[in-house]
Amino acid sequence: MVDYPIVKTTDIKAAVDALKQKFPDAIQDDTRQGYGGIIVDKNHLVEVATALRDDFGFDYLSSATAVDYLGISDHMEMVYHAYRTAGGPALVFKAQTPRDKPEIPSLINVWPGADFQEREAWDLYGIKFPGHPNLKRILLWDGFDGHPMRKDWQEAYYEEDHKPFESRWPGGWVHRAEERNIYGKNVKYPADFDLSKLSDTSEESHYADLGLGVSVQKLADESHIKTDRLVVNMGPHHPSTHGVFRMIVTLNGETIEKLEPVMGYLHRNHEKIGERNTFLHNMPFTDRLDYLSSMGNNLGYALAVEQLLANGARYQPPTYRAECIRVLMVELTRIVNHLWAIGFLLNDLGAFFTPALYAIAEREKILDFFEATAGSRMMCNYMRFGGVFKDLPERIRGEATRVNDLVRDYDTMEFLTELINERLPRSIDELDQYLTDSEIIKSRTVGVGYLSPEMAIAYSAAGPLLRASGVPYDVRRADPYSIYPELDFDVAVRYNGDIYDRYLIRLDEMRESLRILKQILPRLERTRGEAIFAGNKQHTPRVPLGEAYGRVENPKGELGFYVVSAGDEKGPQNPWRYHVRAPSFISLTALGPMCIGHKVADVVAILGSIDIVLGETDR
Amino acid sequence: MPTLDLRELHNTEFPVPDEMQGNIAITSLSRIYNWSRRSSMWPLLFGLACCAIEMIATAAARYDLSRFGMEVMRASPRQSDLMIVSGTVTKKMVVPIVRLYNQMPEPKYVLAMGACASGGGPFKEGYNVVSGIDMYLPVDVYVPGCPPTPQALLHGLIALQKKIDGQSLANFDDVPWYGVGPSEPTPIPILGPDIIDPRQMDLIRQQAELAAAGKPYGVRDLPPTIKPEPAAAPKVPAKTAAPAAEPDDPEKAARLAKREAALARKRTAQGEQPTETPAPAAEPAAGDQAAPKKFDKEAMLAKIRERKAQKES
Repeated sequence: MVDYPIVKTTDIKAAVDALKQKFPDAIQDDTRQGYGGIIVDKNHLVEVATALRDDFGFDYLSSATAVDYLGISDHMEMVYHAYRTAGGPALVFKAQTPRDKPEIPSLINVWPGADFQEREAWDLYGIKFPGHPNLKRILLWDGFDGHPMRKDWQEAYYEEDHKPFESRWPGGWVHRAEERNIYGKNVKYPADFDLSKLSDTSEESHYADLGLGVSVQKLADESHIKTDRLVVNMGPHHPSTHGVFRMIVTLNGETIEKLEPVMGYLHRNHEKIGERNTFLHNMPFTDRLDYLSSMGNNLGYALAVEQLLANGARYQPPTYRAECIRVLMVELTRIVNHLWAIGFLLNDLGAFFTPALYAIAEREKILDFFEATAGSRMMCNYMRFGGVFKDLPERIRGEATRVNDLVRDYDTMEFLTELINERLPRSIDELDQYLTDSEIIKSRTVGVGYLSPEMAIAYSAAGPLLRASGVPYDVRRADPYSIYPELDFDVAVRYNGDIYDRYLIRLDEMRESLRILKQILPRLERTRGEAIFAGNKQHTPRVPLGEAYGRVENPKGELGFYVVSAGDEKGPQNPWRYHVRAPSFISLTALGPMCIGHKVADVVAILGSIDIVLGETDR
Repeated sequence: MPTLDLRELHNTEFPVPDEMQGNIAITSLSRIYNWSRRSSMWPLLFGLACCAIEMIATAAARYDLSRFGMEVMRASPRQSDLMIVSGTVTKKMVVPIVRLYNQMPEPKYVLAMGACASGGGPFKEGYNVVSGIDMYLPVDVYVPGCPPTPQALLHGLIALQKKIDGQSLANFDDVPWYGVGPSEPTPIPILGPDIIDPRQMDLIRQQAELAAAGKPYGVRDLPPTIKPEPAAAPKVPAKTAAPAAEPDDPEKAARLAKREAALARKRTAQGEQPTETPAPAAEPAAGDQAAPKKFDKEAMLAKIRERKAQKES
């Protein structure tokens, strides 16, 4: 049946060659300077994608994003990163479309995980996806003027394409943005704006297909019992939505028939601002993506830009001590995040705040360490391209509470040793002891919110959500980075795919993190005093042209940064495209299917078990 | 929660017998009214972004918000007195926020937590970001930081308590909610092609007419920005010299002096002659007398010991 060789190795080139053999007309290499992967003719995109998934084993679509090449080649492009859940590097494929009528066939039938990402590309770039059943805006509201990520779309406070803005430096004495705008606000209206025809259509599409205003009787007749469907809005202001997330739930009695996530309430234009910024400017912005695990975000972005830098001259990879410190920070971050996630999962189950108090008590100790090292409790802005910006301090002192808390003066290594060997294990065991065998927790969580492994892969779920469904996929092992290959740890995996397993897997992962941290401590001792930054600290080398995709196993799942450096090689140093593959955002694709058939009270628990953070979901 | 000590409330003009000290207080209505209000300020359980995490940390065991009677976070706006706007306000979110604010009963307060809620913060230039909640709601306290530490938030809350302490029942401007009829709701913004503040309808209509007539619209005519050219500097003393000469801000003077010196160095490095010596007022002489106080650990320790001894005796 198959008339071409099936290649299931980790060798990407062999897969590409075999693919070319099968689709000789549809595929060509991406030969642009610094680019990799293949360009697929958009008319054959669905066939190629199906072959990739079924015959080559690229079953996991990690990221799908758009790029606008206005002024360079005047087309728009969708970039897809597909992986094998068996491990190995990505196969990158792209589809191009003219700017004036952008259309690319939807891949939602091949990888349902493309759903939200294609809606985002429509929302921000205006690319249409024929075949997508629900193509409407996802981050902005219906009725918004234009597609803001296009290169020719300018925001109300637009000043220049690239920072640093001339007016701020070296000129100084600048007018504030509000002064320049006649409304005194961050707003801009189209030239042909007609107030008499003004109508707020932002909510219409959410309710259009819910049977509202059509015929309630018809809906009731279908199900022989004379009941109405009830539409409940949960959020954006709701104590259990982990931020400003909103779900529109259609209920039959108390059973969920349909759930539609609505997001964008924290869409703060990360990517648009990121394209105005210089490369290094973006580092503090990454902190604010998943604000519970800023160190992990830093690492992902640093890896992406380091990949780009590695193509150029004068780049030195991070030193060994820098890598050790990075892993130390990232694994501590994982523990912070999972403690938080477990505490607030209990919140969602109705145990308001008391379990959370216990869970996040030890978090403060880790934040003390972050504060002493990076200068901030949460927004660490700690990593740089080629290392970290500061070595660990000799002693840890609490600056802010020095007067009240005179005992806060420790030797750093002693502090860390005690934290990793005693305090954190004790805290995790305590949670385990109180929660794992609790009758209430078991009856609320076991078997609720089931996600099968096939669905988890298809919906591009990531992190604990994927691994709790029995798929042992961890970027640290599947596509290793930093010094993870030399560290001894296991990929935690659970097989039941329900809320209870997602809780258990977080405990497992924290214990694995502690195993890693225990191996890091002697490495820190051994490398004490060595350089933490490769190359010249005062000077960042020029970022050469090209594209890079850096991904890390963040606590919430696979966090990827797709960074493109294009345009003028000698010109300003800004990313042409800066895209964040946010695990929280993409894992939410599976929320609707997971909730169907459960009771309304389970929705918050299922949402809590995914563990989303809105800074990353909406960006 | 500290034990109730009525001495805090008592007006010392009125004598109270020794044995009843702490049990009886004679005070004014305003004072006891304010005292009870500020000691049970219930915040709206409402988190927007990163700052919400620090707000939760403030409510948790280490910083313990309940010391101020504020730990009762209410999920319903109708039961809350204080809205802590903890994070970036987006155009999509400001609509529900204004609705929530309108649903809160008077007296109500707004605390803008962090850079984003105060003025847009790092995301100010974003197309979906509101440059501070004060564009739509009246704000009582701004807390700077990104995010503010729990200590900073506590400081902001104490500042709010002080503000409440200063309000008098006798002054109608302080307590407008006792006026006749319900208070005016804040108009709810509309999501059109961009967000529309109903209070600006006339201005928007006027600008739309300008646009229809083909005239420039939407931008305000501003005088050109003043660039600090070295030669022109003495002629505009108001901009450059005046802040440096102010004795009450020695830090700024020192900063300016440093910057001047750096600029001069740069100019000489570029081969130009320095056009002028740094302004004499910017010399550190002015800064010396009020040099920033250094933290003296020993002195502080001594102070603490002294206080402890006093307490014990």
